[in-house]
Amino acid sequence: MMKKITVNFTLNGKAIEVFCEPDKMLVDVLREELALTGTKIGCREGECGACTVILNGDAVNSCLIPAAKVVGKEIQTIEGVADNGRLHPIQTAFIEKGAVQCGFCTPGVIMSAKALLDKNKSPNSDEIREAIGGNVCRCTGYVKIENAIKHAARILSEISVTGGGK
Amino acid sequence: MWQEYLFPENINDAVSILSGSDGLARIIAGGTDLMLDIEGGRHVVEKLVDLSRIRELDQITEENGIIRIGANVTCTQVVNSELIQKKAPALSQGARRLGSKQIRNIATIAGNVIRAQPAADTAVPLVALGAKLEVVSADGTRTMEILDTYTESFAKSKIDSTSEVVTFLHVPAQGTLEGSAYVRLDKRRALSLPILNVACKISLAGDTIKSASIAIGPVGPGPRRAFDAENKLVGSDISPESIQSAAQLVINQCDPRNSLVRGSRKYRMAVINKLAERAIMQAVACAKA
Repeated sequence: MMKKITVNFTLNGKAIEVFCEPDKMLVDVLREELALTGTKIGCREGECGACTVILNGDAVNSCLIPAAKVVGKEIQTIEGVADNGRLHPIQTAFIEKGAVQCGFCTPGVIMSAKALLDKNKSPNSDEIREAIGGNVCRCTGYVKIENAIKHAARILSEISVTGGGK
Repeated sequence: MWQEYLFPENINDAVSILSGSDGLARIIAGGTDLMLDIEGGRHVVEKLVDLSRIRELDQITEENGIIRIGANVTCTQVVNSELIQKKAPALSQGARRLGSKQIRNIATIAGNVIRAQPAADTAVPLVALGAKLEVVSADGTRTMEILDTYTESFAKSKIDSTSEVVTFLHVPAQGTLEGSAYVRLDKRRALSLPILNVACKISLAGDTIKSASIAIGPVGPGPRRAFDAENKLVGSDISPESIQSAAQLVINQCDPRNSLVRGSRKYRMAVINKLAERAIMQAVACAKA
């Protein structure tokens, strides 16, 4: 039996402590230990982006990161995107623009989009495509996803002008 | 899988852990390739030795015309570095094409060299730029030419991450009348392996090519230099014809395999010259800019 380790990190704004095997991957800790199953497992090899989370502000594949590596880091998952049940403008935009079909890739795509929009308020098409280049979607053909991210950028800029939102 | 995950605070501690572990401890930087290699049974590892708390390895700096890139520096850091954009553009262009955004945010360029894949998007430009690696082991520190770290076996580095640590990459900074470029042939723009890639560094003396360095992949077990094409370029005037005739010679150093992923040997031998021509043209344009 492998000796377990304690891993402390910040998850969706709250400090947490996880007791797990030293060779657990972040995605498995999120899904199995913390029951946050919004983060999906697609390929387990960094090709599909379904497991995308935000680590210290950057989108990463949680299937390739040992949980032990995130000690002291800030992790954001899809569960931390809405504000007390109020959808984030990116989520609203995905619904309004029909960018969700089967939905399996959606949490990962939204995390990639959020990492982009947190840093770049008005990305152009190339920047959006670069940001979601690591997220595979087999339903939408990506056009509606790109449109939804542009729409989200517009909503976010209106919020910042009127001073509302988070 | 590993039983311990360690964060040494300095390079000496990292090396001590490796030395005391009989080959069962291994360095992890980004880990994007390493995780899959361990999962696939390529390595047996009891301890992972994570470099991320050794903060001196986080930086990109320039001293006396040499850009020093620490072992923790990610592809994203390289892409965003104005210093690299200006003084090692081929590396900037290569780093931008590696994997996906999610991978680039974690993967390091030191790891990309040590993994020793022949078409690694940052290693091929680093070969053209004449990079060196600073390697620390229990025996002390040594500096290796990047090409000398590759072996005749496919994707196998001479650097042993169970006993030594690459701490820094040294990349000569591009001066005036020097230019570099990286070009890649691939099936799509996002997250695809290169079918072929070429990096080129050029220095000019007036309208003549003073020196040239051309790296190509994947056309052998590791990245290769196209020496015949380089020699042909040196001393020649800058003209489409002279660049074209030099680029014809890159196939002399190419021995690609038939690959279901990357394409047939025949196809790649047929198009590598054109790709080399583009890389040389872009490096010349960069030197003149």
